[in-house]
Amino acid sequence: MSEPITALAGAASETGIARIMELSLQGMITLRGDLASSAVQKAATGAAEVEMPGTNQANCVEDRGICWMSPDELLILCPYDMVAANIDKMTETLGNAHALAVNVSDARAAFRITGTQAREVLAKLCPVDLSLENFAPGMFRRTRMAQVPAAFWMTDAESFQLVCFRSQARYVFDLLSIAAQPGSGVNAYLT
Amino acid sequence: MSTRLAAGGRLLNKEKALSFTFNGKQLRGFEGDTLASALLANDQMLIGRSFKYHRPRGVVASGAEEPNGLVNLGAEGSFEPNQRVTTTELFDGLTATSQNHWPSLEFDVGAINTHLSRFLPAGFYYKMFIHPRPLWKHVYEPFIRQSAGLGRAPKARDADTYEHFYFFCDVMVIGGGVAGLQAAKTAAASGAKVLLIEQTAHWGGRAPVDGGTVDGIPVDNFVEQTVAELEAMPNVTLRKRMMGAGVYDHGYVLGYEQLRDYAPEKPGPRHRLWRIRAGHIVTATGAIERPLSFAGNDIPGVMLASALRDYVVNYGVSAGDRTVIVTNNDDAYLTAFALNYAGLSVPVILDARVLAEDSPAMEQAKAMGIRVMMGHAVAKVKGGKRVTGVAVCSQAGEGAVLEEIACDAVAMSGGWSPVVHLWSHCGGKLSWDDAQAHFRPDVDKAPTGADGQPFVTTAGAASGALHLSDVLGDGDQAGKLAAAASGFKVKQTRCPVGESPEEAPMMPIWLMPQGAGVELRSKSWLDYQNDVKVSDVQLAAQEGFESVEHAKRYTTLGMATDQGKLSNINGLATLAGALNTSIPQVGTTTFRPPYTPISMGAIGGEARGDVFQPVRRTPMHDWHDANGADWEPVGQWRRPYAYLRPGEKVHDAVMRETKNTRENLGLLDASTLGKLIVKGPDAGRFLDMLYTNMMSTLKPGKCRYGLMCSENGFLIDDGVVARIDEETFLCHTTTGGAERIHQHMEEWLQTEWWDWQVYVANVTEQYVQVAVVGPNARTALEKLGGMDVSKEALGFMEWADGELGGFKVRVYRISFSGELSYEIAVDAGHGQAFWDALMVVGNDLGVMPYGTEALHILRAEKGFIMIGDETDGTVIPQDLGLHWAISKKKEDFLGKRAQERSHMTDPTRWKLVGLETLSGAVLPDGAYAVGEGENANGQKNMIGRVTSSYYSPNLGKGIAMGLVLHGPDRMGEVIEFPGTEGATFKARIVDPVFYDKEGEKGNV
Repeated sequence: MSEPITALAGAASETGIARIMELSLQGMITLRGDLASSAVQKAATGAAEVEMPGTNQANCVEDRGICWMSPDELLILCPYDMVAANIDKMTETLGNAHALAVNVSDARAAFRITGTQAREVLAKLCPVDLSLENFAPGMFRRTRMAQVPAAFWMTDAESFQLVCFRSQARYVFDLLSIAAQPGSGVNAYLT
Repeated sequence: MSTRLAAGGRLLNKEKALSFTFNGKQLRGFEGDTLASALLANDQMLIGRSFKYHRPRGVVASGAEEPNGLVNLGAEGSFEPNQRVTTTELFDGLTATSQNHWPSLEFDVGAINTHLSRFLPAGFYYKMFIHPRPLWKHVYEPFIRQSAGLGRAPKARDADTYEHFYFFCDVMVIGGGVAGLQAAKTAAASGAKVLLIEQTAHWGGRAPVDGGTVDGIPVDNFVEQTVAELEAMPNVTLRKRMMGAGVYDHGYVLGYEQLRDYAPEKPGPRHRLWRIRAGHIVTATGAIERPLSFAGNDIPGVMLASALRDYVVNYGVSAGDRTVIVTNNDDAYLTAFALNYAGLSVPVILDARVLAEDSPAMEQAKAMGIRVMMGHAVAKVKGGKRVTGVAVCSQAGEGAVLEEIACDAVAMSGGWSPVVHLWSHCGGKLSWDDAQAHFRPDVDKAPTGADGQPFVTTAGAASGALHLSDVLGDGDQAGKLAAAASGFKVKQTRCPVGESPEEAPMMPIWLMPQGAGVELRSKSWLDYQNDVKVSDVQLAAQEGFESVEHAKRYTTLGMATDQGKLSNINGLATLAGALNTSIPQVGTTTFRPPYTPISMGAIGGEARGDVFQPVRRTPMHDWHDANGADWEPVGQWRRPYAYLRPGEKVHDAVMRETKNTRENLGLLDASTLGKLIVKGPDAGRFLDMLYTNMMSTLKPGKCRYGLMCSENGFLIDDGVVARIDEETFLCHTTTGGAERIHQHMEEWLQTEWWDWQVYVANVTEQYVQVAVVGPNARTALEKLGGMDVSKEALGFMEWADGELGGFKVRVYRISFSGELSYEIAVDAGHGQAFWDALMVVGNDLGVMPYGTEALHILRAEKGFIMIGDETDGTVIPQDLGLHWAISKKKEDFLGKRAQERSHMTDPTRWKLVGLETLSGAVLPDGAYAVGEGENANGQKNMIGRVTSSYYSPNLGKGIAMGLVLHGPDRMGEVIEFPGTEGATFKARIVDPVFYDKEGEKGNV
């Protein structure tokens, strides 16, 4: 088997008001089910080894985590090479509970956007309140990014991790690079 | 002469001189100038020609309301027409040219229209060019198009970039004058998050020029102090050079920020369109002074009184040595005082009012030695390209000239109208204020939000509070109201007290003199930019255009790029006069965003060039590109239409690929086709409802082709369904159908069958899917090795998981070509490597990648239908002879009921057949077949149409499919398809399966 590759082979843009970098492959599992059921919760926490997040929250530690996607959907993050084993484990934990766990790791591209003005770069593209008081680490947002869907969360006070569909990776990288072009700082959040 | 004064100019930095050109002439200005003030400082009074009569025009205003001062700005990639000189900040190296003149600004041939004006009345074009009809298209329209338009359309690609920015706040204050500043301050004091924007580069609005005191200190000091306080508050964002362009439902506001129009050398985007959600909006947008309607009020040198004093105070520019002031109010006297302080002469103030005693302003003017003539008016302005004097008459009379006074400029003031645009955008209503003779916001009829509560409040002059003493209180109140409306506890703060001089009431004047005859009325301009005069509006009324909206369109009043900012109220008043009704009875036209024109670039934002639209790429996209792909857009995807070899034509490549796939081995990137996982105890039952055929009986390991219909019975998608296990199915969709069908499934699950236990996930992009097609397909896979792909182990319409060449794969033995064919799914991250491996093992098996056109031909040779070709949203499976795929056992499925309705069972519905031209030529795609007789409209009766048509290299002739009346019953008959350019194609109706009817090639 070949070495799996990402959509953009680790493309990066360093010259703008925020640094943009395509991330290496991240294990991602879509889990649909009744989020209140203990089987579903155990399947999620067992695979990601973190606690369940609340509504609109993400609970991520390095490359493991659980993101709240909708009232009946979670995104489980885990190391890329652990996905198959985790799905087996989840299937076992779920038992007879009605649920769906499916690998979507290769269906996505992931980016990191870093810098004091990283929030502004996203606020140029997504209809989201990215002010300091309204978006902070721990929160998770599925949204629209210009003309495509995307989701993001913060890994620290100045860094965002963003996922989009793999086929749109080039478009998303170009969007982020344009939004971060030199001289385009908004300075709307700096007080 | 207009010139720069030795002193004054509070906004100028005289240390920094700037050079610029106007019509190629080198001119100089200072940092802080607008293009308007710099042109005036260089005695460039004549700036452009009017739209219809090509009359000489100069600057009339000093801000966003300017109708005349429009120029072409910049060159090449930064060229932009119709730029307002009054709002264009001067920068070093600016280049501007005047508009709408030929051959030159000074001498313009089109100006002859002004002498023909009695032959060019309102509605001229409608009246003149209606007959004879054919002349419109070939003679009139080209001529009018050539003579119309102000600026030139840009030819070069825009060199700049633009962006959007989403912002959220509790209170948004639009307008950074005294009222806006005070509103922002009180709102912010409550803790609300406040955004305050100002369209110009300066805070304070008119106050620093018009003067007054706040709590005993000069108002400009108050402005500075308040701005400093706001800047220090962490919950306040202040932006200059940002205009509130439009107010929309749910507190949505568009803010248009001009980032570097004043300094083009700065890096970054040129404009930023802020897309703001505000809890409550305060519009502190000020007021606009109205012109007076007298003959010659458009001659360069006639300006608004407030503008004239702006130029003196802000820019140290005088419009002329002697300025006659004509007014119906006290405010215009401020201009006389400003001119007097600057040492310029005011020969007379013509005040149309007759007051019992002098107002304080009059007293002050007289004390300065200025002559004040009460009850007097301008009979006409003398001059051509520039004012040379005024003829004075009584306002009460018909214009008999009493005296002529030489002057270089005329300052006029007809009163002030609040800027109600933003209040009105979302439905705020207006009420007529008799005392001030203007429309102001009706506080009881505010624009309301989803909760039925007002979400816009006006402040200051925008409310109709024109004096500093009222402005502050109104702004203060608005700020508190806005904070409360967005859920904050209002902090009781003291409102500063403003003081401004007492004023005598103004008197509405809509025509000067009031009895002006037709001669004067037809030289009294209402709309400067579109050349609409008092006489035009009166004519419109006379001809029955009584509604203000009709009169507007008939005369073009207020339809120019300034949208009637100066002409609106004067026009309505004139119309009301002509109709002998009241102004509120006539009402206003509708105010629509944007407030002033905003750039197309800002609206588009980042969406241009590479990111104009998202292009979806499969993992093999770059390989395709490097190997000659001629791209075809399919949804947002790009798929190779064919792979061109060096020097090869597209058609030849398609023929080669089609033939090779039948004879050797073809590879198709099928990754774009949708893959939806449907799982749950009710998954089988769910798919039975979605597809016309039975899916619940499918055994794990097997595949079945299925059709999907809308509830109206029409085909919406098709594809192969694989049963993965007892509870899990994988449904393939068309390329364009993945998202649409996913949504279709979710909608039924969430709204109708919400109690069924089914989950759906779209895993389209998780996999690369490669179709390995042709007689050598199995050999190729065997060379990769790792799993048994023999006929016995993996029969037609079966799938299996396994390994090929070390890749973890799922292999579906399905065929859309009739050949031996495998579609192989691999995780997308391995896609390119897998494709490469196939190319290597295929090397001595005659492998060639093939594109979508070869795919189409291969399926057409086999009579397979294509969603979007054979279907167009009006076709049901029965039309296509797909009865075998419609279950008769199922009690119900989406579309079943519809397909039983009379129109759907009508035997005259056109049915699918194959078509072969007698000559072997290719039928034009989409061509219609004609039958006997004519329809009610005298057109030939249609009996069918071509749905797919190709040249088949494998059969050596044109083949086609089509829908034909009674088609399947007419095998062998020849029907006629008229083509273009007189050609008619004769085609025989045949079986749609052209190639390998027995299906032997796939059965190996």
